[in-house]
Amino acid sequence: MLAERAFCLELLPPELVFFEINCEGPVDRPAATAGFPVSFVINGDRHELTVAPWVTLLDLLRERLQLTGTKKGCDHGQCGACTVLIDGVRINSCLVLAISRDGAQITTIEGLARGADLHPLQAAFIERDAFQCGYCTPGQICSAAGLLAEGHTHSRAEIREHMSGNLCRCGAYTNIADAIEDVLKQGASVREAAE
Amino acid sequence: MNRFEYVRADSIADAVGALAAPGARALAGGTNLVDLMKYDVAKPARVVDINRLPLKEIEPSPDGGLTIGALVTNSGLAWDPRIAEGYPLLASAILAGASPQLRNAATTGGNLLQRTRCYYFYDPSTPCNKREPGSGCPAIGGVNRIHAILGASDACIAVHPSDMCVALAVLDAVVNVQGPDGERSIPFEAFHRLPGNEPQHDNTLRRGELVVSVFLPPPGFGSHYSYLKVRDRLSYAFALVSVAAALKLDGGRISEARVALGGVAHRPWRDREAEQGLKGQKPDAAAFAGFADQVLRQARGQGGNDFKIELARRTIARALRQAAAATPQRQSDKSVR
Repeated sequence: MLAERAFCLELLPPELVFFEINCEGPVDRPAATAGFPVSFVINGDRHELTVAPWVTLLDLLRERLQLTGTKKGCDHGQCGACTVLIDGVRINSCLVLAISRDGAQITTIEGLARGADLHPLQAAFIERDAFQCGYCTPGQICSAAGLLAEGHTHSRAEIREHMSGNLCRCGAYTNIADAIEDVLKQGASVREAAE
Repeated sequence: MNRFEYVRADSIADAVGALAAPGARALAGGTNLVDLMKYDVAKPARVVDINRLPLKEIEPSPDGGLTIGALVTNSGLAWDPRIAEGYPLLASAILAGASPQLRNAATTGGNLLQRTRCYYFYDPSTPCNKREPGSGCPAIGGVNRIHAILGASDACIAVHPSDMCVALAVLDAVVNVQGPDGERSIPFEAFHRLPGNEPQHDNTLRRGELVVSVFLPPPGFGSHYSYLKVRDRLSYAFALVSVAAALKLDGGRISEARVALGGVAHRPWRDREAEQGLKGQKPDAAAFAGFADQVLRQARGQGGNDFKIELARRTIARALRQAAAATPQRQSDKSVR
Protein backbone atom coordinates (compact mmCIF):
# COMPACT_ATOMS: atom_id res chain seq x y z
CA MET A 1 0.00 0.00 0.00
CA LEU A 2 2.85 2.35 0.82
CA ALA A 3 4.43 1.61 -2.51
CA GLU A 4 1.17 2.30 -4.25
CA ARG A 5 0.75 5.62 -2.50
CA ALA A 6 4.28 6.73 -3.35
CA PHE A 7 3.62 5.73 -6.91
CA CYS A 8 0.47 7.82 -7.02
CA LEU A 9 1.96 10.87 -5.37
CA GLU A 10 4.81 10.87 -7.82
CA LEU A 11 2.52 10.77 -10.82
CA LEU A 12 -0.24 13.08 -9.72
CA PRO A 13 -0.25 16.82 -10.37
CA PRO A 14 0.18 18.91 -7.21
CA GLU A 15 -3.50 19.83 -6.81
CA LEU A 16 -4.43 16.17 -6.67
CA VAL A 17 -1.66 15.39 -4.23
CA PHE A 18 -3.21 18.04 -1.98
CA PHE A 19 -6.46 16.13 -2.05
CA GLU A 20 -4.64 12.86 -1.53
CA ILE A 21 -3.22 13.96 1.77
CA ASN A 22 -6.07 16.22 2.90
CA CYS A 23 -9.03 14.06 2.16
CA GLU A 24 -10.92 15.02 5.27
CA GLY A 25 -11.17 18.60 4.00
CA PRO A 26 -9.78 21.93 5.21
CA VAL A 27 -7.93 21.90 8.51
CA ASP A 28 -10.22 24.42 10.23
CA ARG A 29 -12.56 21.63 11.22
CA PRO A 30 -14.74 22.71 14.15
CA ALA A 31 -13.88 20.77 17.30
CA ALA A 32 -17.56 20.18 18.04
CA THR A 33 -18.09 18.38 14.74
CA ALA A 34 -21.08 16.15 15.09
CA GLY A 35 -20.51 12.54 14.15
CA PHE A 36 -23.40 10.38 13.02
CA PRO A 37 -23.56 6.64 13.45
CA VAL A 38 -23.75 4.80 10.13
CA SER A 39 -23.60 1.19 9.09
CA PHE A 40 -22.39 -0.31 5.82
CA VAL A 41 -21.73 -3.76 4.48
CA ILE A 42 -18.55 -3.30 2.49
CA ASN A 43 -17.27 -6.23 0.44
CA GLY A 44 -19.30 -8.51 2.68
CA ASP A 45 -18.06 -7.13 6.01
CA ARG A 46 -20.29 -5.06 8.26
CA HIS A 47 -18.82 -1.75 9.43
CA GLU A 48 -20.35 0.38 12.20
CA LEU A 49 -18.81 3.83 11.98
CA THR A 50 -19.28 7.42 13.02
CA VAL A 51 -18.94 9.97 10.23
CA ALA A 52 -19.20 13.71 9.83
CA PRO A 53 -21.95 14.54 7.31
CA TRP A 54 -19.54 16.13 4.80
CA VAL A 55 -17.38 13.03 4.38
CA THR A 56 -17.80 11.49 0.96
CA LEU A 57 -18.06 7.75 0.50
CA LEU A 58 -14.79 7.89 -1.43
CA ASP A 59 -12.93 9.50 1.49
CA LEU A 60 -14.55 7.11 3.94
CA LEU A 61 -13.34 4.11 1.92
CA ARG A 62 -9.84 5.39 1.39
CA GLU A 63 -9.02 7.31 4.54
CA ARG A 64 -11.03 5.52 7.23
CA LEU A 65 -11.08 1.97 5.95
CA GLN A 66 -7.83 2.00 3.95
CA LEU A 67 -9.64 0.56 0.95
CA THR A 68 -7.37 2.50 -1.36
CA GLY A 69 -8.15 0.45 -4.45
CA THR A 70 -10.89 2.97 -5.20
CA LYS A 71 -9.10 5.98 -6.66
CA LYS A 72 -9.57 9.72 -6.34
CA GLY A 73 -9.04 11.24 -9.77
CA CYS A 74 -10.94 14.47 -10.40
CA ASP A 75 -13.09 14.32 -7.23
CA HIS A 76 -15.93 15.93 -9.24
CA GLY A 77 -17.70 13.05 -10.96
CA GLN A 78 -16.00 13.62 -14.28
CA CYS A 79 -13.40 10.83 -14.52
CA GLY A 80 -15.01 7.70 -13.02
CA ALA A 81 -11.87 6.57 -11.13
CA CYS A 82 -13.91 6.46 -7.90
CA THR A 83 -16.65 4.19 -9.29
CA VAL A 84 -17.95 1.62 -6.80
CA LEU A 85 -21.10 -0.50 -6.65
CA ILE A 86 -23.70 0.71 -4.16
CA ASP A 87 -26.41 -1.92 -3.69
CA GLY A 88 -25.13 -3.40 -6.95
CA VAL A 89 -25.37 -0.14 -8.91
CA ARG A 90 -22.30 1.73 -10.23
CA ILE A 91 -21.98 5.22 -8.74
CA ASN A 92 -19.27 7.91 -8.50
CA SER A 93 -18.32 7.61 -4.82
CA CYS A 94 -16.74 11.10 -4.82
CA LEU A 95 -20.17 12.75 -5.16
CA VAL A 96 -21.88 10.67 -2.48
CA LEU A 97 -22.03 11.94 1.08
CA ALA A 98 -21.48 8.68 2.96
CA ILE A 99 -24.18 9.49 5.50
CA SER A 100 -26.83 9.70 2.77
CA ARG A 101 -26.24 6.02 1.90
CA ASP A 102 -26.37 4.74 5.48
CA GLY A 103 -27.28 1.04 5.43
CA ALA A 104 -26.04 0.37 1.90
CA GLN A 105 -24.08 -2.62 0.61
CA ILE A 106 -20.94 -1.47 -1.11
CA THR A 107 -18.60 -3.39 -3.39
CA THR A 108 -15.20 -1.99 -4.27
CA ILE A 109 -12.45 -3.39 -6.47
CA GLU A 110 -11.14 -5.23 -3.36
CA GLY A 111 -14.42 -7.16 -3.16
CA LEU A 112 -14.74 -8.47 -6.70
CA ALA A 113 -12.41 -11.48 -6.61
CA ARG A 114 -13.47 -14.69 -4.86
CA GLY A 115 -10.38 -15.61 -2.91
CA ALA A 116 -7.67 -16.44 -5.44
CA ASP A 117 -10.18 -16.48 -8.31
CA LEU A 118 -10.20 -13.20 -10.14
CA HIS A 119 -13.47 -11.69 -11.27
CA PRO A 120 -13.88 -12.43 -15.00
CA LEU A 121 -13.41 -8.72 -15.73
CA GLN A 122 -10.14 -8.62 -13.79
CA ALA A 123 -8.91 -11.66 -15.72
CA ALA A 124 -10.00 -10.13 -19.03
CA PHE A 125 -8.26 -6.82 -18.26
CA ILE A 126 -5.01 -8.72 -17.66
CA GLU A 127 -5.50 -10.93 -20.72
CA ARG A 128 -6.19 -7.91 -22.95
CA ASP A 129 -3.56 -5.67 -21.36
CA ALA A 130 -6.31 -3.12 -20.76
CA PHE A 131 -4.26 -0.56 -18.85
CA GLN A 132 -0.95 1.22 -18.64
CA CYS A 133 -0.56 3.18 -15.41
CA GLY A 134 -3.53 1.42 -13.82
CA TYR A 135 -4.92 4.42 -11.96
CA CYS A 136 -8.31 4.34 -13.70
CA THR A 137 -8.49 0.52 -13.71
CA PRO A 138 -10.42 -0.11 -10.45
CA GLY A 139 -13.04 2.39 -11.59
CA GLN A 140 -13.11 0.90 -15.09
CA ILE A 141 -13.61 -2.61 -13.71
CA CYS A 142 -16.27 -1.63 -11.15
CA SER A 143 -18.03 0.37 -13.86
CA ALA A 144 -17.90 -2.58 -16.26
CA ALA A 145 -19.28 -4.83 -13.49
CA GLY A 146 -22.17 -2.39 -13.16
CA LEU A 147 -22.62 -2.34 -16.93
CA LEU A 148 -22.91 -6.15 -17.04
CA ALA A 149 -25.44 -6.16 -14.21
CA GLU A 150 -27.56 -3.48 -15.93
CA GLY A 151 -27.99 -5.69 -18.99
CA HIS A 152 -28.47 -2.86 -21.51
CA THR A 153 -25.22 -3.38 -23.40
CA HIS A 154 -25.18 -5.66 -26.45
CA SER A 155 -22.74 -4.16 -28.97
CA ARG A 156 -19.33 -2.56 -29.27
CA ALA A 157 -20.95 0.86 -29.77
CA GLU A 158 -22.96 0.35 -26.59
CA ILE A 159 -19.88 -0.72 -24.63
CA ARG A 160 -18.18 2.51 -25.67
CA GLU A 161 -21.20 4.66 -24.85
CA HIS A 162 -21.95 2.93 -21.55
CA MET A 163 -18.31 3.20 -20.44
CA SER A 164 -18.12 6.91 -21.34
CA GLY A 165 -18.11 7.88 -17.66
CA ASN A 166 -14.65 6.34 -17.18
CA LEU A 167 -11.70 8.24 -18.57
CA CYS A 168 -8.32 6.64 -19.24
CA ARG A 169 -5.63 9.21 -19.81
CA CYS A 170 -3.18 6.57 -21.02
CA GLY A 171 -5.68 5.91 -23.78
CA ALA A 172 -6.14 2.17 -23.24
CA TYR A 173 -9.74 2.42 -24.44
CA THR A 174 -9.44 -0.08 -27.27
CA ASN A 175 -8.18 -2.82 -24.98
CA ILE A 176 -10.63 -1.89 -22.23
CA ALA A 177 -13.52 -2.28 -24.70
CA ASP A 178 -11.97 -5.58 -25.88
CA ALA A 179 -11.82 -6.90 -22.32
CA ILE A 180 -15.43 -5.97 -21.60
CA GLU A 181 -16.57 -7.39 -24.92
CA ASP A 182 -14.86 -10.71 -24.04
CA VAL A 183 -16.72 -10.95 -20.75
CA LEU A 184 -19.99 -9.86 -22.34
CA LYS A 185 -19.62 -12.67 -24.91
CA GLN A 186 -18.70 -15.19 -22.20
CA GLY A 187 -21.92 -14.23 -20.42
CA ALA A 188 -23.90 -14.56 -23.64
CA SER A 189 -22.48 -18.03 -24.35
CA VAL A 190 -23.12 -19.10 -20.74
CA ARG A 191 -26.74 -17.97 -21.16
CA GLU A 192 -27.07 -19.75 -24.51
CA ALA A 193 -25.67 -22.98 -23.02
CA ALA A 194 -28.20 -22.75 -20.20
CA GLU A 195 -31.13 -22.37 -22.61
CA MET B 1 -16.69 21.96 1.56
CA ASN B 2 -18.38 24.15 4.16
CA ARG B 3 -19.66 22.69 7.44
CA PHE B 4 -23.41 22.35 7.65
CA GLU B 5 -26.20 21.03 9.79
CA TYR B 6 -27.39 17.64 8.56
CA VAL B 7 -31.07 16.78 8.79
CA ARG B 8 -32.45 13.46 7.63
CA ALA B 9 -36.11 13.86 6.64
CA ASP B 10 -38.42 10.90 7.28
CA SER B 11 -41.53 12.39 5.70
CA ILE B 12 -42.40 15.03 3.11
CA ALA B 13 -43.79 17.21 5.91
CA ASP B 14 -40.47 16.84 7.78
CA ALA B 15 -38.55 17.86 4.70
CA VAL B 16 -40.73 20.87 3.95
CA GLY B 17 -40.42 22.00 7.57
CA ALA B 18 -36.62 21.61 7.53
CA LEU B 19 -36.29 23.39 4.17
CA ALA B 20 -38.03 26.51 5.48
CA ALA B 21 -34.83 27.58 7.27
CA PRO B 22 -32.65 30.14 5.48
CA GLY B 23 -29.77 28.51 3.62
CA ALA B 24 -31.36 25.04 3.64
CA ARG B 25 -30.89 22.82 0.60
CA ALA B 26 -32.38 19.43 -0.22
CA LEU B 27 -29.94 16.58 -0.92
CA ALA B 28 -31.07 13.80 -3.24
CA GLY B 29 -28.53 12.07 -5.52
CA GLY B 30 -25.95 14.76 -4.76
CA THR B 31 -24.36 14.70 -8.21
CA ASN B 32 -24.70 18.46 -8.62
CA LEU B 33 -25.10 19.77 -5.05
CA VAL B 34 -22.06 17.94 -3.63
CA ASP B 35 -20.00 19.07 -6.62
CA LEU B 36 -21.07 22.69 -6.10
CA MET B 37 -20.25 22.39 -2.39
CA LYS B 38 -16.74 21.13 -3.19
CA TYR B 39 -16.19 24.27 -5.27
CA ASP B 40 -17.68 26.50 -2.53
CA VAL B 41 -20.30 27.63 -5.03
CA ALA B 42 -23.03 26.20 -2.80
CA LYS B 43 -22.53 26.70 0.93
CA PRO B 44 -25.77 25.51 2.52
CA ALA B 45 -26.21 26.14 6.24
CA ARG B 46 -28.40 23.04 6.43
CA VAL B 47 -28.55 19.99 4.20
CA VAL B 48 -31.87 18.19 4.27
CA ASP B 49 -31.35 14.58 3.17
CA ILE B 50 -34.57 13.58 1.38
CA ASN B 51 -33.37 10.15 0.23
CA ARG B 52 -35.68 8.33 2.69
CA LEU B 53 -38.85 9.93 1.33
CA PRO B 54 -41.37 7.72 -0.48
CA LEU B 55 -40.85 9.40 -3.85
CA LYS B 56 -39.18 6.55 -5.75
CA GLU B 57 -42.10 5.17 -7.75
CA ILE B 58 -43.45 5.73 -11.25
CA GLU B 59 -47.22 5.45 -10.98
CA PRO B 60 -49.91 5.39 -13.66
CA SER B 61 -52.55 8.12 -13.38
CA PRO B 62 -56.26 7.50 -14.09
CA ASP B 63 -56.14 9.50 -17.34
CA GLY B 64 -53.35 7.34 -18.80
CA GLY B 65 -50.40 9.49 -17.84
CA LEU B 66 -47.57 8.73 -15.42
CA THR B 67 -46.51 10.38 -12.18
CA ILE B 68 -42.75 10.15 -11.64
CA GLY B 69 -41.57 10.44 -8.05
CA ALA B 70 -38.90 13.10 -7.55
CA LEU B 71 -36.40 10.47 -6.32
CA VAL B 72 -36.71 8.17 -9.35
CA THR B 73 -33.18 8.07 -10.73
CA ASN B 74 -32.41 9.20 -14.26
CA SER B 75 -31.50 5.62 -15.23
CA GLY B 76 -34.53 4.18 -13.48
CA LEU B 77 -36.66 6.52 -15.56
CA ALA B 78 -34.88 6.10 -18.89
CA TRP B 79 -34.94 2.28 -18.76
CA ASP B 80 -38.46 1.90 -17.38
CA PRO B 81 -40.45 -0.06 -20.01
CA ARG B 82 -43.40 2.36 -19.72
CA ILE B 83 -41.12 5.26 -20.57
CA ALA B 84 -39.25 3.40 -23.32
CA GLU B 85 -42.57 2.49 -24.93
CA GLY B 86 -44.79 5.51 -24.34
CA TYR B 87 -42.25 8.33 -24.04
CA PRO B 88 -39.18 7.28 -26.04
CA LEU B 89 -38.24 10.93 -26.56
CA LEU B 90 -37.77 11.28 -22.81
CA ALA B 91 -35.73 8.07 -22.56
CA SER B 92 -33.53 9.21 -25.45
CA ALA B 93 -32.92 12.66 -23.96
CA ILE B 94 -31.97 11.21 -20.56
CA LEU B 95 -29.54 8.74 -22.14
CA ALA B 96 -27.93 11.58 -24.07
CA GLY B 97 -26.92 13.22 -20.80
CA ALA B 98 -24.14 12.68 -18.26
CA SER B 99 -22.64 9.18 -17.74
CA PRO B 100 -24.21 5.91 -16.57
CA GLN B 101 -22.76 6.36 -13.06
CA LEU B 102 -24.18 9.87 -12.75
CA ARG B 103 -27.55 8.81 -14.14
CA ASN B 104 -27.64 6.01 -11.54
CA ALA B 105 -27.40 8.59 -8.74
CA ALA B 106 -29.06 11.69 -10.23
CA THR B 107 -32.79 12.01 -9.60
CA THR B 108 -35.77 13.43 -11.47
CA GLY B 109 -36.18 16.34 -9.06
CA GLY B 110 -32.45 16.98 -8.96
CA ASN B 111 -32.21 17.07 -12.74
CA LEU B 112 -34.75 19.90 -12.80
CA LEU B 113 -32.88 21.79 -10.09
CA GLN B 114 -29.31 21.39 -11.36
CA ARG B 115 -27.45 24.65 -11.83
CA THR B 116 -25.81 26.04 -14.94
CA ARG B 117 -22.32 24.88 -15.92
CA CYS B 118 -21.24 28.45 -16.84
CA TYR B 119 -17.48 28.59 -16.12
CA TYR B 120 -17.81 31.83 -14.20
CA PHE B 121 -20.69 30.61 -12.04
CA TYR B 122 -18.52 27.64 -11.08
CA ASP B 123 -15.51 29.79 -10.15
CA PRO B 124 -16.00 31.74 -6.90
CA SER B 125 -12.90 33.84 -7.65
CA THR B 126 -14.83 35.61 -10.41
CA PRO B 127 -17.94 37.80 -10.17
CA CYS B 128 -21.25 36.22 -11.16
CA ASN B 129 -24.74 37.68 -10.88
CA LYS B 130 -26.23 34.24 -10.46
CA ARG B 131 -23.91 33.33 -7.58
CA GLU B 132 -23.60 36.81 -6.07
CA PRO B 133 -26.38 39.09 -7.29
CA GLY B 134 -25.08 42.48 -8.41
CA SER B 135 -21.45 41.40 -8.75
CA GLY B 136 -21.44 41.40 -12.56
CA CYS B 137 -21.23 38.95 -15.45
CA PRO B 138 -17.77 38.27 -16.86
CA ALA B 139 -19.25 35.88 -19.45
CA ILE B 140 -20.59 38.93 -21.29
CA GLY B 141 -17.57 39.99 -23.30
CA GLY B 142 -15.62 37.04 -21.88
CA VAL B 143 -15.35 33.39 -22.81
CA ASN B 144 -18.89 32.53 -23.83
CA ARG B 145 -18.71 29.63 -26.24
CA ILE B 146 -21.32 27.63 -24.29
CA HIS B 147 -23.68 30.49 -23.47
CA ALA B 148 -27.18 31.60 -24.42
CA ILE B 149 -28.38 32.84 -27.79
CA LEU B 150 -32.02 33.23 -26.74
CA GLY B 151 -33.67 34.94 -23.78
CA ALA B 152 -30.45 36.21 -22.17
CA SER B 153 -30.31 39.46 -20.20
CA ASP B 154 -27.66 42.07 -19.43
CA ALA B 155 -27.27 40.35 -16.06
CA CYS B 156 -26.81 36.74 -17.15
CA ILE B 157 -26.24 34.70 -20.30
CA ALA B 158 -26.08 31.26 -18.66
CA VAL B 159 -27.95 28.25 -20.03
CA HIS B 160 -29.82 25.46 -18.31
CA PRO B 161 -27.72 22.32 -18.86
CA SER B 162 -30.35 19.54 -18.70
CA ASP B 163 -31.21 17.17 -21.54
CA MET B 164 -34.10 15.56 -19.68
CA CYS B 165 -35.84 18.90 -19.18
CA VAL B 166 -35.80 19.62 -22.93
CA ALA B 167 -37.87 16.49 -23.51
CA LEU B 168 -40.13 17.26 -20.54
CA ALA B 169 -40.84 20.69 -22.05
CA VAL B 170 -41.95 19.07 -25.31
CA LEU B 171 -44.11 16.54 -23.46
CA ASP B 172 -45.97 19.31 -21.55
CA ALA B 173 -44.99 17.78 -18.21
CA VAL B 174 -46.20 19.27 -14.94
CA VAL B 175 -44.04 19.75 -11.84
CA ASN B 176 -45.81 18.96 -8.56
CA VAL B 177 -44.35 20.70 -5.54
CA GLN B 178 -45.14 20.80 -1.86
CA GLY B 179 -44.30 23.69 0.43
CA PRO B 180 -45.25 25.56 3.59
CA ASP B 181 -48.47 26.71 1.87
CA GLY B 182 -49.43 23.26 0.61
CA GLU B 183 -49.23 21.64 -2.80
CA ARG B 184 -49.29 23.21 -6.24
CA SER B 185 -48.66 22.13 -9.80
CA ILE B 186 -46.47 24.13 -12.17
CA PRO B 187 -46.67 23.68 -15.96
CA PHE B 188 -43.20 22.74 -17.18
CA GLU B 189 -42.68 25.89 -19.20
CA ALA B 190 -43.44 28.01 -16.14
CA PHE B 191 -41.00 26.09 -13.92
CA HIS B 192 -37.67 27.37 -15.26
CA ARG B 193 -37.44 31.10 -15.86
CA LEU B 194 -35.42 33.56 -17.92
CA PRO B 195 -32.66 35.39 -16.02
CA GLY B 196 -33.95 38.97 -16.33
CA ASN B 197 -32.66 41.03 -13.42
CA GLU B 198 -32.72 38.12 -11.01
CA PRO B 199 -30.49 35.42 -12.45
CA GLN B 200 -30.01 34.00 -8.93
CA HIS B 201 -33.43 32.38 -9.40
CA ASP B 202 -33.25 29.50 -11.87
CA ASN B 203 -36.90 28.59 -11.41
CA THR B 204 -40.19 29.65 -9.88
CA LEU B 205 -40.00 27.50 -6.74
CA ARG B 206 -40.76 29.44 -3.57
CA ARG B 207 -38.70 29.12 -0.40
CA GLY B 208 -39.26 25.81 1.35
CA GLU B 209 -40.93 24.16 -1.62
CA LEU B 210 -39.88 20.65 -2.55
CA VAL B 211 -40.36 19.03 -5.94
CA VAL B 212 -42.30 15.84 -5.15
CA SER B 213 -43.12 14.52 -8.61
CA VAL B 214 -43.30 15.19 -12.32
CA PHE B 215 -46.51 14.36 -14.18
CA LEU B 216 -46.41 13.15 -17.78
CA PRO B 217 -49.66 13.53 -19.74
CA PRO B 218 -50.81 10.44 -21.70
CA PRO B 219 -48.37 9.33 -24.43
CA GLY B 220 -48.74 10.75 -27.92
CA PHE B 221 -45.35 11.00 -29.58
CA GLY B 222 -44.16 7.41 -29.68
CA SER B 223 -43.09 7.23 -33.33
CA HIS B 224 -42.37 10.67 -34.82
CA TYR B 225 -39.78 12.06 -32.46
CA SER B 226 -36.04 12.67 -32.13
CA TYR B 227 -33.61 14.02 -29.55
CA LEU B 228 -30.56 15.35 -31.34
CA LYS B 229 -27.73 16.64 -29.18
CA VAL B 230 -24.71 18.41 -30.66
CA ARG B 231 -21.65 18.75 -28.43
CA ASP B 232 -17.86 18.97 -28.43
CA ARG B 233 -17.41 15.25 -27.66
CA LEU B 234 -19.60 12.38 -28.82
CA SER B 235 -20.42 11.34 -25.26
CA TYR B 236 -20.48 12.73 -21.77
CA ALA B 237 -20.52 16.43 -22.60
CA PHE B 238 -23.12 19.14 -22.21
CA ALA B 239 -25.07 20.26 -25.26
CA LEU B 240 -23.92 23.15 -27.39
CA VAL B 241 -27.34 22.83 -28.98
CA SER B 242 -29.89 20.08 -28.49
CA VAL B 243 -33.31 19.70 -30.05
CA ALA B 244 -36.27 17.62 -28.90
CA ALA B 245 -38.72 17.29 -31.77
CA ALA B 246 -42.11 15.57 -31.79
CA LEU B 247 -44.63 15.46 -34.62
CA LYS B 248 -48.07 14.11 -35.33
CA LEU B 249 -48.71 13.47 -39.01
CA ASP B 250 -52.07 13.06 -40.68
CA GLY B 251 -52.48 12.35 -44.38
CA GLY B 252 -48.97 13.54 -45.23
CA ARG B 253 -49.42 16.81 -43.34
CA ILE B 254 -48.29 17.94 -39.91
CA SER B 255 -51.21 17.98 -37.48
CA GLU B 256 -49.14 18.85 -34.41
CA ALA B 257 -45.54 19.93 -33.91
CA ARG B 258 -43.61 20.43 -30.71
CA VAL B 259 -39.97 21.47 -30.55
CA ALA B 260 -37.79 22.46 -27.60
CA LEU B 261 -34.16 23.57 -27.65
CA GLY B 262 -31.54 22.87 -25.00
CA GLY B 263 -28.17 24.53 -24.45
CA VAL B 264 -29.34 27.85 -25.89
CA ALA B 265 -31.24 29.58 -23.09
CA HIS B 266 -31.78 29.85 -19.33
CA ARG B 267 -34.58 27.33 -19.74
CA PRO B 268 -35.66 24.77 -22.34
CA TRP B 269 -36.80 26.96 -25.24
CA ARG B 270 -40.15 26.48 -26.94
CA ASP B 271 -41.86 28.76 -29.44
CA ARG B 272 -45.55 27.84 -29.58
CA GLU B 273 -46.33 30.43 -32.25
CA ALA B 274 -43.76 28.91 -34.58
CA GLU B 275 -45.09 25.42 -33.74
CA GLN B 276 -48.59 26.54 -34.76
CA GLY B 277 -47.13 27.68 -38.06
CA LEU B 278 -46.10 24.11 -38.92
CA LYS B 279 -49.67 22.85 -38.64
CA GLY B 280 -51.11 21.76 -41.96
CA GLN B 281 -47.74 21.93 -43.72
CA LYS B 282 -46.00 19.08 -45.48
CA PRO B 283 -43.09 17.76 -43.36
CA ASP B 284 -40.41 18.87 -45.82
CA ALA B 285 -37.12 20.75 -45.76
CA ALA B 286 -38.71 24.09 -46.68
CA ALA B 287 -41.20 23.91 -43.82
CA PHE B 288 -38.50 22.93 -41.34
CA ALA B 289 -36.11 25.68 -42.49
CA GLY B 290 -38.88 28.24 -42.21
CA PHE B 291 -39.71 27.01 -38.73
CA ALA B 292 -36.05 27.22 -37.64
CA ASP B 293 -35.78 30.77 -38.99
CA GLN B 294 -38.81 31.79 -37.02
CA VAL B 295 -37.63 30.20 -33.76
CA LEU B 296 -34.25 31.90 -34.14
CA ARG B 297 -35.46 35.30 -35.36
CA GLN B 298 -34.58 36.87 -31.99
CA ALA B 299 -31.35 34.89 -31.50
CA ARG B 300 -28.32 36.94 -30.58
CA GLY B 301 -24.73 35.75 -30.26
CA GLN B 302 -22.26 36.92 -27.61
CA GLY B 303 -19.14 36.61 -29.77
CA GLY B 304 -17.80 33.23 -28.71
CA ASN B 305 -21.11 31.52 -29.30
CA ASP B 306 -22.20 33.16 -32.57
CA PHE B 307 -21.78 29.79 -34.28
CA LYS B 308 -24.61 28.40 -32.18
CA ILE B 309 -27.23 30.31 -34.18
CA GLU B 310 -26.43 28.53 -37.44
CA LEU B 311 -25.82 25.29 -35.53
CA ALA B 312 -29.27 25.58 -33.93
CA ARG B 313 -30.85 26.28 -37.33
CA ARG B 314 -29.37 23.10 -38.79
CA THR B 315 -30.00 20.99 -35.69
CA ILE B 316 -33.68 21.98 -35.62
CA ALA B 317 -34.12 21.09 -39.30
CA ARG B 318 -32.25 17.79 -38.92
CA ALA B 319 -34.14 16.74 -35.77
CA LEU B 320 -37.48 17.51 -37.44
CA ARG B 321 -36.43 15.51 -40.49
CA GLN B 322 -35.52 12.57 -38.25
CA ALA B 323 -38.86 12.89 -36.45
CA ALA B 324 -40.86 13.06 -39.67
CA ALA B 325 -39.07 9.97 -41.03
CA ALA B 326 -39.58 8.11 -37.73
CA THR B 327 -35.81 7.55 -37.59
CA PRO B 328 -34.94 9.06 -34.21
CA GLN B 329 -31.33 9.86 -33.35
CA ARG B 330 -29.76 6.89 -31.56
CA GLN B 331 -27.71 7.67 -28.48
CA SER B 332 -25.19 4.83 -28.80
CA ASP B 333 -24.59 4.76 -32.56
CA LYS B 334 -23.61 8.39 -32.96
CA SER B 335 -23.95 8.76 -36.71
CA VAL B 336 -26.31 11.62 -37.47
CA ARG B 337 -28.57 10.70 -40.36
